[in-house]
Amino acid sequence: MDNAAIDHIINKYQGQARFLIQILMEIQEENRWLPREVLKTVSEKLDVSFRQVMRIATMYKTFSLVPKGHNEIHICMGNACHVRGAERLLKEVQELTGIKPGETDSDGKFSLEIGCCRGNCCSGPVMEIGGKTQDKMSPAEALKNYE
Amino acid sequence: MARINSAAELEERRLGILSKRDPNKLCIAVCNGNGCSGRNEGIISVFTEELGKQSLDGKVDVRATGCHGFCEKGPFVVIYPEEICYTGVTLEDVPEIVAQTVVGNQVVDRLVYTDPATGEKAVRQSDIPYYKNQTRLLMGNNPMINPKDIDEYLALGGYAGLSKALFEMTPEQVLEEIKKANLRGRGGGGFPAGSKWETTRNAPEKVKYVIVNGHEGEPGAFMDRALFTGNPHLVLEGLIIGAYAIGSHLGFIYTRHDSPELLANIRTALKQAEEYGLLGKDIMGSGFDFEVEVHFDIGIFVSGESSALMRSIEGKAPEPTPKYIRTSVSGIWGKPSNLNNIETWANVPQIISKGSEWYSTIGTERSKGTKLISFFGNVCNTGVVEVPFGTSLKEIVYGFGGGIPNGKKLKAVHFGGAMGGSLPASMIDTPLDFDGLAKVGAQIGAGALMVLDEDTCMVDLARFFMKFLSEESCGKCVPCREGVRQMLNILTNITEGKGKEGDIELLEEISEVVGEAALCSLGRTAPAPLLGMLNYFRDEFEAHIKEKRCPAHFCKNLQ
Ligand SMILES: Cc1cc2nc3c(=O)[nH]c(=O)nc-3n(C[C@H](O)[C@H](O)[C@H](O)COP(=O)(O)O)c2cc1C
Repeated sequence: MDNAAIDHIINKYQGQARFLIQILMEIQEENRWLPREVLKTVSEKLDVSFRQVMRIATMYKTFSLVPKGHNEIHICMGNACHVRGAERLLKEVQELTGIKPGETDSDGKFSLEIGCCRGNCCSGPVMEIGGKTQDKMSPAEALKNYE
Repeated sequence: MARINSAAELEERRLGILSKRDPNKLCIAVCNGNGCSGRNEGIISVFTEELGKQSLDGKVDVRATGCHGFCEKGPFVVIYPEEICYTGVTLEDVPEIVAQTVVGNQVVDRLVYTDPATGEKAVRQSDIPYYKNQTRLLMGNNPMINPKDIDEYLALGGYAGLSKALFEMTPEQVLEEIKKANLRGRGGGGFPAGSKWETTRNAPEKVKYVIVNGHEGEPGAFMDRALFTGNPHLVLEGLIIGAYAIGSHLGFIYTRHDSPELLANIRTALKQAEEYGLLGKDIMGSGFDFEVEVHFDIGIFVSGESSALMRSIEGKAPEPTPKYIRTSVSGIWGKPSNLNNIETWANVPQIISKGSEWYSTIGTERSKGTKLISFFGNVCNTGVVEVPFGTSLKEIVYGFGGGIPNGKKLKAVHFGGAMGGSLPASMIDTPLDFDGLAKVGAQIGAGALMVLDEDTCMVDLARFFMKFLSEESCGKCVPCREGVRQMLNILTNITEGKGKEGDIELLEEISEVVGEAALCSLGRTAPAPLLGMLNYFRDEFEAHIKEKRCPAHFCKNLQ
């Protein structure tokens, strides 16, 4: 991500430090992860200590300090999905992709995340790929569509 | 669109919208809620295409709406004005619906809801028992409006409450009305909204803030999203009325980052309200100014807690702070800040429009109005219902939920997720009530009801909740960080057959310390589900420890 793109986002918030979280969120959305140099730039431009920026970037679960795969798999481990077999689904997806939650596969195709409730409890256990619910499909079929 | 500059102009605008409408024009309302939209992606464009083929473009409206609530039977399509309701609609059904119903004025029988109990069919949505038996004061408009169009909200009388507040009432009168209605917070604690507003209003600092808690972090709670996504102006109207009563000129909406539809609808609603002069400077010509900013949680449960949420809005890490002074006195940047849940705000417009007297007729002695309940787990129907306080849990589980699937028996119901409590099946007649349920150990929480059948192991469930909390604890205070972790270890051991004599007592002791000493409610209520289960299901814990036996045959390392 280049400086112009970062500037563009920061300018949207008039460079105000109180919008640090929104700014990191937009960068993550565009770049899909938060590289160290980008965080340094943000820290300088907003005049917020690098320590504080890192604290925010590491605390919120959605921020990633490592590159994510092209397709982000998200498995819900909330109560409703738990009683409907989320653990089994997770195990199956781990076996299919060879990665654990928080990891990205070696060719950058998939990364796997677990999280909580997307409010879609009637379809549970819920697996999303690239933000799309994979309904009425086996994990193998679903993953194939994104190969 | 031009600004609305007075109460009369609002009414004129509403009549203008209605007069341009043909009440007989067909409108296909497609549920675009979380449950339905995942299963029928692209259905809107298929409808549009199909209507085009029949040269009906422009002659029939197609509207994507928010959640209708009966998620189990979705995707829903309702055709107005006759309100013909189709369930389980797939993309393949679209041509038939257009040919039969839109063109031919015939009902497609196979898509009509059939009551599994009586075998009776219900063609109109409001005749389906699931809908008929609810009191849909907040959710009822969801199928009837396009959340991206403020005109549809105005057509149904939207912003009339705000207009009444601004032009016919003083801020004190608005406050008084909310107090008289005894509106209680829907986000967990059931705290009276009126007295919280009053504290903020009377706090000495001049600058005050109002906030919508739209975090909805409790797993299994999906009613706030259903309401906010489907009818964003309802919440916004409530917030503006509250700001007027409290004397606040800046509000914050704190909401989920991972629901694109929700976010789009909030942004559109804010923009349209501003264009119409219902938000911003000199609202409706009343001289009252109020603006709103949108902020996000980024996937961390504790950020729904009031002080953590306020740190997050300041751009800091969402760690709770000690509350020697309440946030309603010293919140965001040390200013008085009034935080309410989405559903709490959504109740405000109707209280102002229809009055506290009317509101007080709904519900129980000390819990007024309706409550949105999402239910899931071992229950035939998953969905959201809106029922008056006082409705029995039995009616929710068996009436709306359709009972327990696969011929299994009900074992327990659990309210409030990881900070709530379970009730055994024998207490299923308990009515929905803030205080009544708290007394028996099942805080309503956000209103997510988990139904558990006989195959559920309560020890494992306690472990599951503890695991969730150990991952979500922010780690700032030791009682929560360490206490929860130790309780998780003990519970994990018990489920693996490594439980020891004295474990239950140790759990109780740690619970007491964490409950007393943790900094915020996450830690303080972390032991609640466990203690409740030890109360009602103690023999199950004992069987695991003493006999190395899991009565529900769930724990794999035990028989
Ligand atoms: C860990 C934790 C998480 C919470 N999450 C939420 C939430 O997601 N939504 C919510 O409205 N309240 C949540 N609350 C409750 C809020 O702190 C606060 O009591 C509530 O928003 C006040 O609004 P009300 O009075 O309208 O209920 C949470 C509390 C705790 C301790």
